[in-house]
Amino acid sequence: MKGWMGKFKVLSLLGLVALFLAACGKENLTALDPKGVGAQKSLDLIIIPTVIMSFVFLVVMVLLVLALIKFRKKKGQKDFIPKQVEGNKTLEVVWTTIPIILLIIIAVPTVIYTFDLADDADASDHLNINVTGNQYWWHFDYEGLEIQTSQDVYIPVNSKVYFNMKSSDVIHSFWVPTLSGKLDVNPENENTFFLDAHEEGVYWGKCAEFCGPSHSLMDFKVVVVSQEEFEQWVADMQNFDPETAEPATDAAAQGRELFNENNCLGCHAIGSSAAAIGPNLTNFGERSRLAGIEEMTKEKLVEWIVNPELIKPGNKMTGKYPEVSQDDAALIAEYLLQLSPSEITTEDAGNGIEQ
Amino acid sequence: MSTLTAQKTSFAAVLWDYLTTVDHKKIGKLYLYGGAFFFLLGGLEAVIIRIQLIKPENDFISAGLYNEMITMHGTTMIFFAATPLLLGLMNAIMPLQIGARDVAFPFVNALGFWLFLFGGIMLNVSWLTGGAPDAGWTAYAPLSTTSPGHGVDYYVLGLQLSGAGTLMGGINFLVTIVNMRAPGMTFMRMPLFTWTTFITSVLILFAFPALTVGLFLLMFDRMFGSAFFDTALGGNSIIWQHLFWIFGHPEVYVLILPVFGVFSEIFATFSKKRLFGYTAMVFATILIGFLGFMVWAHHMFTVGMGPVTNSIFAIATMAIAVPTGIKIFNWLLTLWGGNITINSAMLWALAFIPSFTIGGMTGVMVASSVADYQYHDTYFVVAHFHYVIVGGVVFGILAACHYWWPIMFKRVLNEKLGKWAFWNFFIGFHMTFFIQHFLGLMGMPRRYWVFLENQGLDLGNLISSVGALFMSIGVIIFLYNAIYCWFKGDPAPQDPWDARTLEWAVDKSVPYYNFKQLPLVRGLDPLWIEKMEGNGKMTPAEPVGDIHMPHGSILPFLMTVGFFIASFGFIYQTVNDIAYIFLFGGMGLALGCMLVRSLKDDHGYHITKEELEKEAD
Amino acid sequence: MSHDHSLNPEVMPQHPEKATLEGKNKFLGLWFFLGGETVLFASLFGTYLALKNSTAGGPTSQDLFGLELVFLMTMLLLTSSLTSVYAMYHMKNNDFKKMQLWLGITGLLGIAFLGCEIYEFYHYIHEFGFTFRSSAFGSAFYALVGFHGGHVLFGLCWLSAIMIRNAKRGLNLYNAPKFNTFSLYWHFIDVVWVFIFTVVYLMGKVA
Repeated sequence: MKGWMGKFKVLSLLGLVALFLAACGKENLTALDPKGVGAQKSLDLIIIPTVIMSFVFLVVMVLLVLALIKFRKKKGQKDFIPKQVEGNKTLEVVWTTIPIILLIIIAVPTVIYTFDLADDADASDHLNINVTGNQYWWHFDYEGLEIQTSQDVYIPVNSKVYFNMKSSDVIHSFWVPTLSGKLDVNPENENTFFLDAHEEGVYWGKCAEFCGPSHSLMDFKVVVVSQEEFEQWVADMQNFDPETAEPATDAAAQGRELFNENNCLGCHAIGSSAAAIGPNLTNFGERSRLAGIEEMTKEKLVEWIVNPELIKPGNKMTGKYPEVSQDDAALIAEYLLQLSPSEITTEDAGNGIEQ
Repeated sequence: MSTLTAQKTSFAAVLWDYLTTVDHKKIGKLYLYGGAFFFLLGGLEAVIIRIQLIKPENDFISAGLYNEMITMHGTTMIFFAATPLLLGLMNAIMPLQIGARDVAFPFVNALGFWLFLFGGIMLNVSWLTGGAPDAGWTAYAPLSTTSPGHGVDYYVLGLQLSGAGTLMGGINFLVTIVNMRAPGMTFMRMPLFTWTTFITSVLILFAFPALTVGLFLLMFDRMFGSAFFDTALGGNSIIWQHLFWIFGHPEVYVLILPVFGVFSEIFATFSKKRLFGYTAMVFATILIGFLGFMVWAHHMFTVGMGPVTNSIFAIATMAIAVPTGIKIFNWLLTLWGGNITINSAMLWALAFIPSFTIGGMTGVMVASSVADYQYHDTYFVVAHFHYVIVGGVVFGILAACHYWWPIMFKRVLNEKLGKWAFWNFFIGFHMTFFIQHFLGLMGMPRRYWVFLENQGLDLGNLISSVGALFMSIGVIIFLYNAIYCWFKGDPAPQDPWDARTLEWAVDKSVPYYNFKQLPLVRGLDPLWIEKMEGNGKMTPAEPVGDIHMPHGSILPFLMTVGFFIASFGFIYQTVNDIAYIFLFGGMGLALGCMLVRSLKDDHGYHITKEELEKEAD
Repeated sequence: MSHDHSLNPEVMPQHPEKATLEGKNKFLGLWFFLGGETVLFASLFGTYLALKNSTAGGPTSQDLFGLELVFLMTMLLLTSSLTSVYAMYHMKNNDFKKMQLWLGITGLLGIAFLGCEIYEFYHYIHEFGFTFRSSAFGSAFYALVGFHGGHVLFGLCWLSAIMIRNAKRGLNLYNAPKFNTFSLYWHFIDVVWVFIFTVVYLMGKVA
């Protein structure tokens, strides 16, 4: 008896702690505070079953606790032999029918929402972005706009944006919890879904399918800006010409020399290009995070250029280029950090990220 | 005859006895020892995982090693801990429950055990030869086909060996239950544990071959240059996911159904009541087994299968909740009106109800495909399946150990230690996993080597890691209890729980032929019936007569060693031609043993009536 | 020993293969085993169907398959199934010699089938350069048909082992179940081939 109440207390205490924590998920990462159509529908289908199932759980617990209180062996009736009941048909029918009804209540919206979210008939009327998942970075190609970015993807608020996704190596999964559920990025076929954000902000994306040593470091950002800001951003990106854009400082100019000498362009494009062996660096200076995860500082960038393995184990850049000295790396960093073709940055997205 | 009556003093004699045994009770114990060893190994890996995740951006272990840890933890726990521990219990108890003297194929039974053990050793040898498998226990292609080194090769061959062993075990149990029940033991008088063993065996039979094929394809791709999962040559990696889950989902029921049986026995025994709704329980078990094959693609909602497929599998999955609910309520009604004793075995069983119900609730939640777009591959799912597998299967195995220890080891486990182990483990378990539901929803995907700072995930992970500590303490106390009772425990009395089923009618010395005379079964809970009618023991169905017994054999062991050696040949033939010596040598040994087995007559031996009577003195 | 006598009774029972518990167990066990084998082949069929058009620019099923040879193979295997039925018929009549004869014919037909299959593979590899490694279709084809061929080979080894082992001592209750289980297994191999013939060859040629 005493043991049982103890157990119950522990359980409810855990529940309270959990609820408390639930409230404090990060607003640009949590699935519990949706800012997009997909996430909203998912949350609906998280809440309905939770409520129904909690009711079932309650019934089970009440029965269990009552049974233990009432029928635990008492003093003086050690040898009491209870009635050997075989069963009860009515009860069996009851606890078969009620769950079926409860499940139908869950199943109907599930099916409706599944079809809703899979409907891509209007894809051609909206912005399409072709996504390539790579170990361990994301490439975004804006269809028809000749804009390519990596790691950060800018989209307009209150508008459906279709993502057509394919992997260049192993399976990845594209997940921005606050905007929508996830979809796998397979090597053999293209998967399509949409994001439709109803609030500006920078939302954190993660790779959700196990893809190798740096699986946990394959973050990206979805930057949702206003329609005007997005148009501005598109124009800025399109107007940027790497040939004519002069580096801001001497150091940056030297950095550009080194960038070319070391054959960085073999993998990394600057400006619009179909090349996507490595991340596109056009708006590198505006990226919210270095390599998706680290703070965007010059020191970190130098560290990355000298030995990326230390930051992202198993990445495909390590060993693919000649050794770079600290000093040279600093100059290259200088060049990369001033690559900032647009005035529209993550700052414009409102709630912003942790700085 | 009488391998048993021979002097059993020296260590070598005992070792030889176990290497050659075909006795289901000894094989059951071997399974338990092997399973327990791998359980501790998998537990250690779990603790290392939780230490790595105790704080953000921890560098306790490297990314590569972490991936090896999670892969080995999952693979070890499913294939080499949970499955064999259950097979051990089935072996030790099921034949006694139906009044049989052994299983249908004692030789194959031994072979199944050795294949499991050497499969497990195979898998773990990889730690010493340049790295364990690192593609997750699900080994999704193309990550698994492109994983460098030989880790995944060991995964493939280790699972292939043990999978073959499990399949043999399944067929063996099926034939045993169909053909070897004692007189009067009709299907609808079989104890629930025997029923669940039966259905589990059906699941093993129809599920494992899909894994066998999947592993072959993976092996061919990795070692022989085929292109099943190679996109460049037209391959398709989704095939692996289908094959894996066509096996993988029934496997979940392979694990959970036997413990449903265990709990049915325990609730009935300690409530002093017949199991409520026996018929409903049997049909619910069959229904769960059947539906278990229809739902595999709910593991693949985010693969991009389209809304029709997703909807069908979502609804089919939800349907499983119905028979599972029937079971929960029948257990509650078994307790209701009973005279309930709470001891360690019962504590685990009672704790199972809320824990497993939570696992079932989240099961219905993840079945809802659109919600699963959020849950999938996050800590929510990690929490869900640990609630089912720890809160269901591990609780069940521990309950079964407490319950059947007197039969298996002729001792009663210490109650006080049992309760300490229970409370530590129970509290630790909920601490570790309850919070993980929320971690998942807050944006933490599974299989993350590190989580980043300032993402709101720190406290939840810390709580989870602390919980793992309590679980570890619980396991250590249980282990101490087992060892303590081995050396210091008093011999168990006959039928210590005042139980109901046939295994408790076996003499407390548990002779190797189980029953001197096969018992006559007159209804469900046969021993209880006899007790209620004042007989106290079973009525024999036959006069004392000669008993036919199988010979022990070293061949199962040697055959397995052959396959084990050949596996190394398969792995290393890609890099060194010397490996072919191992490949052909090993296969030669294995096939040679098979040929000897086929050609050499083995009629077994008879224990004569006189010997039986002498032994009784 | 008394039980030796019990395995060699004066009058053989009607169903010698199921007269002992061991015999019954073997019979049922093999049926269950074949259930598992069905899933094994079903998985291979599924894989094949998913990959049969993934030729990666290499030869397709229309280019490769010749129905004449495959039809001959089908006839060989179907006939061998029939001859094994005769063998079992004679076993039940306790006519050991005739049983051995028909089993021998079964084995020869099996060898002929296997010979054709080896020729077929050789032909594909040398005429078309179509191998296990050339495309996903190649992998799936050789895996499915090869698994079946492996089963035939195993069956032939099994058959010769029990035929030679028991040649001198005739039929008894100990070895009758072995012959019987072999025959069951052989029928199963035959049924699988019928599916391969239909799904792989006919559908591959027509589609």
